Amino acid sequence: MTAAATTPDAVIVRTPAEIKRSRYLGITYLFLAVVVLWFFARWSVDLGNFTFKLARPTDPSAPDLTLSAGRVTLIVGVILAAMGGVQLARGFGKMNNLVLAIGLFLFIFAFLGWATAQSSIGAFSMVGMMKTTIVRSVPITLGALAGVMSERVAVINIAIEGQLLGGAFVAVVVASPLTGGEDPTLILGSPIGGWIGVGAAVFAGMLLAWVLAVLSIRYVVDQIIVGVVITIFVTGMTSFLALRWLADNPELNKGPIFKSIGIPLLSDIPFLGPVLFDHNIFVFGSFILVAFLTFLLFRTRWGLRARAVGEHPKAADTLGVNVYRTRYLNVIIGGAVAGFGGAFFTLGSVGRFDENMTNGRGFIGLAAMIFGRWHPVGAMAAGLVFGFADAMSQTLGILQTGIPSEFLGMVPFIATILVVAGLVGKARPPAADGQPYIKQ
Amino acid sequence: MATLELRGITKRFPGVLANDSVDLKVSSGEILGLLGENGAGKTTLMNILYGLYSADEGEILIDDVPQSFAGPGDAIAAGIGMVHQHFMLVPVFTVTENVVLGVEPVGPGGVINIKEAKREVREISQRYGLEVDPDAIIEDIPVGIQQRVEIIKVLFRNAEFLIFDEPTAVLTPQEIEEFFGILNGLREAGKAIIFITHKLKEVIEVSDDIAVLRRGAMVGGADPATTTEADLANLMVGRPVELVVAKEDSEPGAQVLTVSDLVVLDDRDQVAVNSISFDVKAGEIVGVAGVQGNGQTELVEALTGLRGVAAGTVTIGGKDVTHATPRQIHESSVAHVPEDRQRSGLVMSFSITENMVLDGYYHEPYSSGIKMDWDSARSKAEELVEQYDVRTPGTEVAANTLSGGNQQKVIVAREFGRDVQLVVASQPTRGIDVGSIEYIHERIVEERDQGAALLIVSTELDEVMALSDRILVMFDGKVVAEYRGGAVTAEEIGLAMAGAAT
Repeated sequence: MTAAATTPDAVIVRTPAEIKRSRYLGITYLFLAVVVLWFFARWSVDLGNFTFKLARPTDPSAPDLTLSAGRVTLIVGVILAAMGGVQLARGFGKMNNLVLAIGLFLFIFAFLGWATAQSSIGAFSMVGMMKTTIVRSVPITLGALAGVMSERVAVINIAIEGQLLGGAFVAVVVASPLTGGEDPTLILGSPIGGWIGVGAAVFAGMLLAWVLAVLSIRYVVDQIIVGVVITIFVTGMTSFLALRWLADNPELNKGPIFKSIGIPLLSDIPFLGPVLFDHNIFVFGSFILVAFLTFLLFRTRWGLRARAVGEHPKAADTLGVNVYRTRYLNVIIGGAVAGFGGAFFTLGSVGRFDENMTNGRGFIGLAAMIFGRWHPVGAMAAGLVFGFADAMSQTLGILQTGIPSEFLGMVPFIATILVVAGLVGKARPPAADGQPYIKQ
Repeated sequence: MATLELRGITKRFPGVLANDSVDLKVSSGEILGLLGENGAGKTTLMNILYGLYSADEGEILIDDVPQSFAGPGDAIAAGIGMVHQHFMLVPVFTVTENVVLGVEPVGPGGVINIKEAKREVREISQRYGLEVDPDAIIEDIPVGIQQRVEIIKVLFRNAEFLIFDEPTAVLTPQEIEEFFGILNGLREAGKAIIFITHKLKEVIEVSDDIAVLRRGAMVGGADPATTTEADLANLMVGRPVELVVAKEDSEPGAQVLTVSDLVVLDDRDQVAVNSISFDVKAGEIVGVAGVQGNGQTELVEALTGLRGVAAGTVTIGGKDVTHATPRQIHESSVAHVPEDRQRSGLVMSFSITENMVLDGYYHEPYSSGIKMDWDSARSKAEELVEQYDVRTPGTEVAANTLSGGNQQKVIVAREFGRDVQLVVASQPTRGIDVGSIEYIHERIVEERDQGAALLIVSTELDEVMALSDRILVMFDGKVVAEYRGGAVTAEEIGLAMAGAAT
């Protein structure tokens, strides 16, 4: 009876920054609502239904999702408008981020519904798109993880792109001559030669990381410059070798492609099974690495020391932690992860090396690391956002929306920029990031 | 009963004899006060003891056994613990993580046993009366508590010899009292303590024995029971020092600075100065006391045009300067002695001449058109160096070759070396030697007597009390108390600084 009296309404004290952010989010919701209602809903009324396929064509285990485009867009628009109103009026407090996620999900759902309904096909494979999302996210996530490992000990790694590209090249060149010929036995989806190629790629990544480490830790060269130089060097070197050497020796550029492995039982789950549990070893490897590195960084002695070195190297030093050794080790582990990610481009995907085939994924990985706030799980989440953007622009291309697909492909990126500006706010890197440690 | 002894420690840096054959001894259950000015070699000596530097000559003995320390790890293993002047804490870690870093209790696979760690932290905190929350994040807790974490860190490593480097510099008067309680507790628990400070009163209050360092050499000891502050100051500086600022009563004239309902935000857009109003009159020194981080920095930056004003007005000499640029404010005859002399007061790699004309290089007589007139700049600099007693080999040496006290004199010379109606000085004597402090205090009083209005912001309560005709106390962005100078005790101000007056 007295509960109301004893617990007065908690006064939510909001700082000016929070109020600003809240206002920004509120306006974003309203803007999205207007887009949905004005563009999608108005045009969707006459479009009838759309269908999202939730299973692969060969596997009728899951039903398709068929809804009326007009109704869905109208409902989503109204919900978004209501969210914007509430956000502006009083905010969602601690639920802010959850609400934002829901809002974005609804917006994308309505957008895809509209796009599908207006196309002549009227249906598309949701399961295919989600699967593509995951596959496309792998190199970005792995690149971001390489960045996380390195920057957590305060060494900026802008050479991720070079490490990926180097890994891709070395993997195929080492694996090609070792495979081919008679039908080999497969270990986790690849003949043994493929695995040796992966090992070589990991080694190449570590070697490039070692160069970064020596130059930036021992010789205190500016880390950004070292990173850029490594990337330019690897790009030039692999392009040269691809043109002058691989072109004349095509048998060196014909690597094995790692086959998908369906995890028993789990891969039979409708929708989620094919999306999550039927992939090659690179995809599973990136899942495992995210979990393993999170554990390493946040649960072990080694991780605590590594993070201390990135935040306050002097404090770590006065407590007997070897700052230099920790930095070397972490940067090189990051290189190993990037090398593994590089092998994905060739052995995990197309089986051959093409000039500059990473095409900026390393730099997107760097961005994913920052969006992910220097946390492995965050890095993967950011990687998935970019993977989704990739997959969606592919899907929209198939659906032929009438609007140029390149233009529609920008929608998720614009959404990402809005989210990052509003949600992530000022991400805080490790305090000593980029600063060399010089012992007195 | 353990003893720690230093014998004939000598350490040379290029061009400097930092420690000259220093002897020192401390035993269990004893607090040794190590007194010396900044630059006297206290920190060097302790860094040698902690294994951060190696001595050129001399030896360290524990229970008469010579030791050799290759790094802090060895010193820690030998039972030496150091609470650094600038805390060695990782701001984003929890209390427990900071305490165990480097000596983590681990299970299989190197997994930290965080429960065990927390239990040990709690146990130490109870045994020595060092109350902390093991799960708190360092950057969220006050400086006084952070210091406790540093002490727990040292005790967690089973230190028998505890070195405190200027531990009271960052504390409020109440925190200092608590800290002395903790020191006494540690002494009773049988720890040997070296307490480094340049504050005379404190060393007399807690020490069992006092040793004084001057220019790297041990110049004598004193018995805290019989010595006086004047004696110690004499030993420390090498000549008699005037500890009290001599000044007449003020004769305030017209209002020069008027601040009304001023609101200023900090870098994170949080309210740092929360609607405050005050004025400073000609011929008056107004001191602003407060623990660091209660809005003083933002207030000064707003007054000098370095930070935007969110609301309210600032008037200087009847002119509204709320949104004026730093140069406009400077040109309304305002002198600014900034808080951090090396970051915002001087260009460290510039010569003294260049630094002296930083505020006037753009007009006659130092330049005409696009051409600098270095001859007139140099003669001005020479004149100021002479007048303000800057000890330097010449005006063409870089500012970073001067001692802290002389750097500060360069700033004071530049800022006071023209007609000013208002002086805004932040921490005017932080980290400089007693001789320079005395000098700068005299200059401040002189400016007042010539009719300037002065606003002095300082976290050194003694300084505020010695100089001010009027004292404002800032807490949490507000002025929470105002006193007449000379009519208030340190305890009263201290309570207000801790927020008790609100």
